[in-house]
Order: sequence, then structure tokens, then C-alpha cells
Amino acid sequence: MAKMNLLQAINNALITVMEQDERVMVFGEDVGHFGGVFRATSHLQEKFGKGRCFNTPLTEQGIIGFANGMASQGSVPVAEIQFGDYIFPAFDQIVNETAKFRYRSGGQFSVGTLTIRTPYGGGIAGGHYHSQSPEAFFAHCPGLKIVIPRNPYQAKGLLLASIRDDNPVLFMEPKRLYRASVSDVPEDDYELPLGKADTVQEGSDITLLGWGAQIEILQKAAEMALDDGVSCEIIDLRSILPWDVDAVCESVMKTGRLLINHEAPQTGGFASEIAATVQDKCFLYLEAPIARVCGLDTPYPLAHEKEYMPDQFKTYEAIKRTLNY
Amino acid sequence: MKDRNHLAGVSTTHQVHIIENGLIDIPMLQILQPDGSLHDEAVEPEIDRETATRIYDTMEYIRVLDERMIGAQRQGRISFYLASTGEEAASVASAAALSDKDMIMSQYREQGALAYRGYTTTQFMNQMFSNQEDPNKGRQMPIHYGDKPLNFMTISSPLGTQIPQASGYAYGQKMAGNEAITICYFGEGAASEGDFHAGLNMAAVLNCPVIFFCRNNGYAISTPADEQFAGDGIASRGIGYGVKTIRVDGNDPLAVYAATKQAREIALKENCPVLIEAMTYRLAAHSTSDDPTGYRSREEEDKWRAKDPIQRMAKWLTSKGWYDEEANKKLIEKSRQDVLAALKTSEKVDICPIEDIVTDVYDDVPWHLKEQLDALKSHIKKYPDAYPKTSGRVK
Repeated sequence: MAKMNLLQAINNALITVMEQDERVMVFGEDVGHFGGVFRATSHLQEKFGKGRCFNTPLTEQGIIGFANGMASQGSVPVAEIQFGDYIFPAFDQIVNETAKFRYRSGGQFSVGTLTIRTPYGGGIAGGHYHSQSPEAFFAHCPGLKIVIPRNPYQAKGLLLASIRDDNPVLFMEPKRLYRASVSDVPEDDYELPLGKADTVQEGSDITLLGWGAQIEILQKAAEMALDDGVSCEIIDLRSILPWDVDAVCESVMKTGRLLINHEAPQTGGFASEIAATVQDKCFLYLEAPIARVCGLDTPYPLAHEKEYMPDQFKTYEAIKRTLNY
Repeated sequence: MKDRNHLAGVSTTHQVHIIENGLIDIPMLQILQPDGSLHDEAVEPEIDRETATRIYDTMEYIRVLDERMIGAQRQGRISFYLASTGEEAASVASAAALSDKDMIMSQYREQGALAYRGYTTTQFMNQMFSNQEDPNKGRQMPIHYGDKPLNFMTISSPLGTQIPQASGYAYGQKMAGNEAITICYFGEGAASEGDFHAGLNMAAVLNCPVIFFCRNNGYAISTPADEQFAGDGIASRGIGYGVKTIRVDGNDPLAVYAATKQAREIALKENCPVLIEAMTYRLAAHSTSDDPTGYRSREEEDKWRAKDPIQRMAKWLTSKGWYDEEANKKLIEKSRQDVLAALKTSEKVDICPIEDIVTDVYDDVPWHLKEQLDALKSHIKKYPDAYPKTSGRVK
């Protein structure tokens, strides 16, 4: 075990897999010698050479197009999009190419080896072009997997699993935790399962569901609720697509209440999909309407970042409303 | 760390110096004259009789296939078709200059390259009838072929997406130490997509052994080339990206062959991209969904009919003593019969069973797709007449 922050855990995972499999190649804007604007790819070029860790020109559609080609050839590309906010030039390559490569060719060709890493989320004074959480856009796209870790331990295990999974994975990293989150991380190789939620804390009165950096918000809100004698179960979804319906429904059937929290705007956010599924599968178990605590339906604001965020206070209030329904 | 200087190699001027179109001459390689004779200064590429005949026969075959399939679409037997009439030399002669190990990433008008690789009439038909014999499992509109054993990447409708992919594929080939390159076909219209610029720039910067082969056929559906770009064709862009570039007469099979052969050698030896702009003309409609009389004149088409690549090559083969008129007639007749026979067989083959609606989305079928499939099957069983293609096989 070693103490690592989230960036070090990502870096460690990349080293682990690059040492094992020479087909793994890491690239994106500034990821080469400089090691990425957040330093997630530090020293990879020194260790593995320019052929396997390199800068690309500034073209997100090119990066993902290139990565699709590499993956279809049999290489294992780990492409970085510098900010989730800048993934949209690559939207066509991801939605029409990455996600449909295997299907359209009847399984003859696939880009299953592809992993796209991108930092997402707010809380870093980044305004609307350095703070977005675009997971719901991609959750609407069959053929992709979407994975979001909440801490360094999760990041290493989930990233290794994502790189080795034979499906294209969009791996979204909560950038406000990059240096803020530190935990014990095994130096050895390990994987955490994709498509499986993780119960962070057991409880009996309400299920709090979230992912990524919002898990610590849920933990803070649960502590506030505990003072009122409310027992919260906290679930980290970890995979947005496909998502672990069984784990969520099992918890909701036990607690009878569900609150979903995400940073992205409320309308059309992934909470909507979860709420629709849970009311379908757990209708008679629900004691109260499913609560959503999300970002506002506005662009991510800079000066009003604190007010925008679905923080522990908003979450705590929603817990009380749900309990008192 | 090495110092970098982006001014290195930049000369200085003391007057405003304007560079514009026409200052750089990009000539078009032409080996055969329209009458099929060699240009005086031209050097005939090294090509044996077998290869030359195979190029010629493939072009004839594709013309027959195109004619018959347009007919089949008009009869309502397939939903869509897209012919390559007049452009056969561009795809066939370029494919002939490659190794079978080279990956072909095409747009959608390169059936000639696919046929040259060995795709059979039956394979063409199975794809166009979306039946269960098609390895792509009937998942795409007609003409979106793909065949892994032939190293022919499954075609995608969105334009230009294959261009940066080809750069990446070629990079992978280089890193894996394969003695192979990638060729990427596209039209001059697709070269307006952002993916073109991304793909060329990345290939140049990252030293990818890839040939970008542009069929500049004058039209993107109805939009003529002069409403598509103002520069000197597509070739001039290669220079801008630092990509070695050749412009070639796309209706001259020997020129296309010679250019592609050399491009392949350069790409492989120097680990770099090469852009080929083949000047040709889309005598066909864009697809069976449009009618060119609405946007161009008969006279314009006739001018290009006179430059027909098949006629041109026939004359050259004759001059070499390699042309057998009787055998050619037989070949055309046999191709027609083969196409009709395969068409009749393939159109009767079932589409894939309903279970295949959820396969290949992921490596395995995840829980939610299993659930959706089960619900769908129950529904089909309830309304079998509404889903006649699959209901008989639903258990």
C-alpha cells in the first residue's frame, strides 16, 4: 500500500498496464513530455518512449478518430481528452464510430480496447468550460461503457479494468479530487468490477445515490442527517453505463426512499433514467417520491459556483423532505 | 530538453508578400492519353499481364454490377444503391498497387477496390440484401460492405470519419512492426469535414504509413467542386499539412497504379503519409436517391464519357497484345448471369434471427439488453403477423 492522490493512482495504473502490455499507448494534448496539464501521464514518455506516450495536435475529433483506428487495428489506446468540456468535437467519433464499430460490422471489427480518459466536474472555479459533467450525453449511446471513480483506490482498480475490458470505456475523472483525495492504494495490480455499484455506507431510512466527487457530498449530508437520527445508505454507482440496477433496487426496497445527486443539470440528467427505472421496479416499496439533487438547468456558472452545486446542505434538506413526505 | 524554434526555416521579406493559388503548380500525372496510347514522355509502370488483366476485368465487372444493382433498386428488390461508373480506375487500379496485408478504409464508392481484393458476387449480394449470410449481420444499408479476412474495414456512412481512423490504424501497424500500410479513400466533398484536417495533420505529425486517396469526382451529391472549395483542389492541402502529395488522372488506370505503387513504397519506407488526389468524374448519380439531370448538363457528362477509363485501358491492352475481345464479351456476359443468379439466391435468404438485435453492442449481452430482448420476443409472439421476418423463428 502507498498513499496516493487520485492523479498518482491514475499514473500508477497506466504504468502498471503499460509495463505488462506493449500494445498500450497513451496520448492526447500535452500528455507527452509535459505529462498532461494535470500531470496524470507524468514520466510515461521517459519510461515507455515517444512511440507509446505522445502529444497529439490540438484536435479532439482527431484524437478519438485516431484512437478508434488504433483500437480497430489491435492496439490498446488510452486517449486523453484534456477536459470533459472539450469532448464535443469528438462527439461524432464517439457516438457514431466508437459505439457502433462492433455492431455495424457484425462483430468483425471492434474498438473494444479503447479507453477515453477525461476530467469532469466543477468545484475548481473553472466556469462553464472547465466544469461540465457530460455523462448523460454518452449514457444515451448504446455500445459505450461509462465509468467514474470516487477516490484513488477506485481510480486505479477501475481504470485497469476499463483498459482491459473488451468494450470502449469513457473513464471520467472527478478533477476536483485529483489532488484533494488521498487514500491507500495497493502498488500491485488489481481490478474493480465494471457495471457494479459499491455500497459506501449501510443504512435503513433512505438510499443516497451518486458517483464520483459527489460521494463525499453524500457522506457529509448523511452525517448531518445522522444527528437527526436518520440512517442513510450511500451507494456509489461507479458505472453509469451499464448501471447496477439490482444493487440500487435492492437498497431502495430496503430503505423505501431514494435520493439521487449529480452535478450535471437536472433536466435529462442521469438521475432521470435512474428514477424512471426505480419507480418501475420498486413502485410498491417507495414511501416517498424519488428526490433529485442536481445542478441547475443553467450553464455551469463561475461566480455562483457554490450556489449552483448540489452540495451537502441541499442534499440534507432533500433528505428531510423525503423523510417527512 | 531540446530547444525548439518555430522560426527555423522561415525566410524574411521586406515587402508585403502575398502567396495565392496558382503560384504552386501541382501537375496531374497522366501516362495514357485518352485514346489509350502512351504519352511520349511517360514511363509505363512495371506491370505484368496478369495484374493488368485483373484490373481491367475488375473494372468491367464493377460496371456490370453497378448497372444490375441500379436495376434491382428500380425494381424495388433492394432499398438503395450507389454506383461508381466512370470512377472504376481510381479504386481498382489503386487497390491493385497494394499488398493484401494493407488495410483498406473506404468511403462508399470503392466497390472496385473490394472486388479486386476478392469479394465475391455472393458476398456483395448478401450485404445488399441484409441477410444472415452477411458477416455484418444485415446491420447497415446496402453498399456498406466490410470483410475482415480481406482487410477491408466495414464502411460507415458519416463522411470522413475513416480519415483520422486510418492514421491511427497505420500508426498501430507501424508500432506492431507490420510490413503493411493503410489506404483511406474519400471524396473531395468529405475533405471539407473536420476529420479530414484532423486526420492528415495527425498522420503527418505522428509519421503514419497511410495513403489518403481522394477521388475528386467533381460532385458531392449535387454540389459541384467549385462550391465545395476555392483552393487548388485537395492536393494543395497536402502541402499545407506537410504531406507528400501526388495529383493523378483518376481515369488513367496506369497513372493511378503507378502513383499508388510509389506512394505505398514511400509510406512504408519513410513511415509517412502520402496524399493522392485522383481527378475523375462521377458519371453515375450520387446514389439511387438522386437524379443528376437536376444539377448538371448532358453535355458535361458526355465530355467525361469520352474519357472512360475502361475504354482507355482496353485500347492500351490491345496495343500490348493483351486484349482478347471474345474473352471480354464472355466475361461481361458471365458477370451479368452471376449477378442475377446471386441476386435471386440472396434475396431469399432469411435475415438474422431476432436474438441478433442485441448482439455486438457489447462483447457480451448485458442484463438490460437481455431484458429488452425477452420483452420484444414476447411481444413478437403475440403479434406474429406484424413481424413476419422473425416471428417464425421466435421460441
